[in-house]
Amino acid sequence: MNYLKIAAAGLLAGAVGLGAAQAQETVKVGLVVSMTGQQASTGKQIKAAVDLYMKEHGDTVAGKKIEIILRDSASVPDNSKRLSQELIVNDKVSILAGFEVTPAAMVVAPLATEAKVVELVMAAGTSVITEKSPYIARTSFTLPQSSVIIADYALKNNLKNIVTMVSDYAPGADAEKSFTAQLTAGGGKVIESIKIPLANPDFAPFLQRAADAKPEAIFIFVPSGQGATFMKQFAERGLDKAGIKIIGPGDVTDDDLLPQMGDAVLGVVTAHMYSADHQSAMNKKYVEAFTKANNFRPNFMSVGGYDGMHLIYEALKKTGGKADGDSLIAAMKGMKWESPRGPISIDPETRDIVQNIYIRKVEKKNGQLYNVEFQTFNDVKDPGKIKK
Amino acid sequence: MSSATSSILRRASDSLSARVRWHPLEIIFWIVAFAMIWLMPTRHLIMTEIAWLGLFALSLDLIVGYAGIISLGHAAFFGVGAYVAALLAKHELINEPVLALLVAGLAAMAVGFVTSFLVLRGTDLTRLMVSLGVALMLRELANQFGWLTGGADGLQGVVMQPILGLFRFDMFGHNGFVYCLVVLFVLFLVARRLANSPFGLSLVAIKNNPLRAAAIGIPVDQRLIVIYSIAAFYAGIAGALLAQTTSFASLDVFSFDRSADLLLVLIIGGTGYLYGGLIGAILFKLMQDYLSVLTPQYWPFWIGALLVAMVLIGRDRITAWNAPLRHLAAKLDWRATRRAAAAAAAAEDR
Amino acid sequence: MLTILFDGVAYGMLLFVLACGLSVTLGLMNLINLAHGAFAMAGGYATVVLVNNFGVPFFLSLPLAFLVAAVIGLVMERAVYVHVYRKPHLEQVLLTIGLVFMAVAGTDYIMGSTQVFAQTPEVLQGQFQFFGVGIGRYRLLIIVVCGVLAIGLQAILTKTRFGSRLRAAVDDQRVARGLGINVNAIFALTFAFGSGLAGLGGALGTEILGLDPTFPLKYMIYFLIVVTVGGTSSITGPFLASLLLGIGDVAGKYYVPKLGAFVIYTIMIVVLIWRPNGLFSRASTK
Repeated sequence: MNYLKIAAAGLLAGAVGLGAAQAQETVKVGLVVSMTGQQASTGKQIKAAVDLYMKEHGDTVAGKKIEIILRDSASVPDNSKRLSQELIVNDKVSILAGFEVTPAAMVVAPLATEAKVVELVMAAGTSVITEKSPYIARTSFTLPQSSVIIADYALKNNLKNIVTMVSDYAPGADAEKSFTAQLTAGGGKVIESIKIPLANPDFAPFLQRAADAKPEAIFIFVPSGQGATFMKQFAERGLDKAGIKIIGPGDVTDDDLLPQMGDAVLGVVTAHMYSADHQSAMNKKYVEAFTKANNFRPNFMSVGGYDGMHLIYEALKKTGGKADGDSLIAAMKGMKWESPRGPISIDPETRDIVQNIYIRKVEKKNGQLYNVEFQTFNDVKDPGKIKK
Repeated sequence: MSSATSSILRRASDSLSARVRWHPLEIIFWIVAFAMIWLMPTRHLIMTEIAWLGLFALSLDLIVGYAGIISLGHAAFFGVGAYVAALLAKHELINEPVLALLVAGLAAMAVGFVTSFLVLRGTDLTRLMVSLGVALMLRELANQFGWLTGGADGLQGVVMQPILGLFRFDMFGHNGFVYCLVVLFVLFLVARRLANSPFGLSLVAIKNNPLRAAAIGIPVDQRLIVIYSIAAFYAGIAGALLAQTTSFASLDVFSFDRSADLLLVLIIGGTGYLYGGLIGAILFKLMQDYLSVLTPQYWPFWIGALLVAMVLIGRDRITAWNAPLRHLAAKLDWRATRRAAAAAAAAEDR
Repeated sequence: MLTILFDGVAYGMLLFVLACGLSVTLGLMNLINLAHGAFAMAGGYATVVLVNNFGVPFFLSLPLAFLVAAVIGLVMERAVYVHVYRKPHLEQVLLTIGLVFMAVAGTDYIMGSTQVFAQTPEVLQGQFQFFGVGIGRYRLLIIVVCGVLAIGLQAILTKTRFGSRLRAAVDDQRVARGLGINVNAIFALTFAFGSGLAGLGGALGTEILGLDPTFPLKYMIYFLIVVTVGGTSSITGPFLASLLLGIGDVAGKYYVPKLGAFVIYTIMIVVLIWRPNGLFSRASTK
């Protein structure tokens, strides 16, 4: 038994060594995202951002050529696992990146640990992901980051009776839990919490239920891509005119969909880490280049991809081109830089992202809808981990 | 006994035993399959998927091809098997994968037995939709019992113990592949035996004409329930193999797409001869893998185009390419040649 | 309470328009057309493009969406479907799933994978109170349009010459042919009409269901449920089934949000066990 284990370990080490040897000239990055299926729009945002970064910064860094290997997970987690495994053992990638949904990111974690390959989460937002393997780093966001801050905002603006509506999966639960905790600690009350099935065609009954509870505001989290239908039906019900406010993490006013949502969405207040309207020279350039290369606006998923690439480049510079998992993840810890979303860094303790969270209101600018930032909370760590 | 009846009897027994005999192509098929262990060690991960998908399709073939029940909800049993296997390992109830595999299969079989009473009514379309409904309800159940199944996040943190306490599921998927292949082969042998038994023949009779089958004394309903449960057992094993090789189970195991893809796999390979599912699984997976690497964004388009072409051009014409191969196979089948010679000699004697 | 009923009716009506074409093709031509949702999607995208890019008024875009989908339906019927009428069901499934895959990926290529919406006119936005019942204007439009359609369809089927020919062709194709009815032409026309209805449904549904390239896959199950529960031999069957499912789904999600998703499947299974050929089918099956 034992000799088998040793043999397997030896094989594995050999393969990793081989990977390192081959990596003399190229560093391969396996990009596993959904290009088809339910989360296709997220995958495309990330892919577009990665392409843009490579175009702007060239494909060589620290003497290494960066090669992106794109694989479509078709929005099914077990595909993500198999594809990642193949990328590790056959293509000998040094870094796995992408992972738009929580299950996909978590199911790959044991692989990252076993093969000592960096897993860079560019989208999934459940707090606990980075604890699943010492080789995971994240460049997107966590839901508690923005949920806690929007709860503070609600308290300050005297919104005390609130109905929460979240999609029924880990990020939704995260958002609801951290929001409720923060709100009740400050004297607010969640009068009803509603969970919406993840794959859901019609929000009408849930909205009606929320409306019948007569809250001052609805806290909403739906994954990127579903926000528009929600806002449409919210307005259709006349809830905006009834004076019910919408607050939540910024997923609901996703920049990708925002231009289509119509005027009903005006005045919605959300907390999030990125808006295409973020006022900085860097972001202006980013949005311009991005929209020029694609026919859609960059959203918060895209910056996850863009910053992920930046992190890879900078980490490689720091290691002098060494691409093994241990040196890379060590180099990533504590990395600080200026992103289109503002200043960000990787927490050396948790390998999670630390970033500014902005409170934004939807407004019209030059005839287009934008999330306009009006308040900034600096260097927010993931509250989901601080509490532990 | 007159010579006429005896010759009819002989022909009947010949045609029956011809079904049972191993055709050389079959032997080659399995030799090639096992040779893959050494031939293409870098492709074991995808071949593992082909193996369990093939088993899954084989289980669908048992009910579609042999009993004539079209199902769009076969993922129900696949999912039960997957969750049971994953849960057993997660909570360390049964650590040995082979034993867990059996238990998962039996659990799926139980679900199959219970739901068979719902499914085996009405016309094709009704069966299709009821089976689909059963799968979707199980999916919702798994979603509701989040504390047990992990809900929409999938069942995380499953650690599989070594097979028979000896072979660890390695990163390269070598042991996993051998494991799946062996399970597939054993279950295939059982299915082959079953299909050629009087029981299997009675199923074909039911498929061709249930009324006539009942008239010659075949207990139609009872037979259908039995085969439906057996197919559920097979599907459960396939699901358990997925869960064991990936250490993971998610709601997708129950999804409509999975049942629909499965039906495609089986139709591509052809129904009613056991190899259809296996061949379909190989073609479908390789096609999908190749195309999705080529064009990660638009591969479904080309899959769709191939399916459309397949129907419009007609499978007969597409499969015509292998006519020379079949000819060769017939020549290879020396036992058949010898038998034909013997029969000719016997005829001369008379 | 009544608002929920109203929403349910609107949702059910929408399902009816989307699915009734499918029920006709299935009952009439014995064709399992899983690609039905693709025609609905075509209609939806036609409206979105017409309204947003060409400034066509929303109300005018609806009949245009019908036309676009109907023309595509006619072309597809003549070019592709006509070859599989006599093939076994399994082959039809293979073909039409193939078409769905092509439609999904093709639309993704042309239109992108983001959800899209048509800009609706001011008149259709918001809700008004009517004896204490909140009536969504857009949903009211759906109910009116679909209600008129349902009555119209029933009238065409029972009162016109075309309708009686169609029914004759459904009942017994061979005899109908013998009587000199051009069954092929009727098939083609009916198919195009059914596709057109789906297109119209897609155009109307965009606002409520959202529209993205996975539409035909996402809603395929719902269409199939409507058709099996309603039975395929009349218009009234799918109509009542749609209403039942629409109201059941919306009310279920409202009153027991946790179990909401179960309701629609439970209704289907219970109905099918009770009446295996659908709620309103005649006894005979072909």
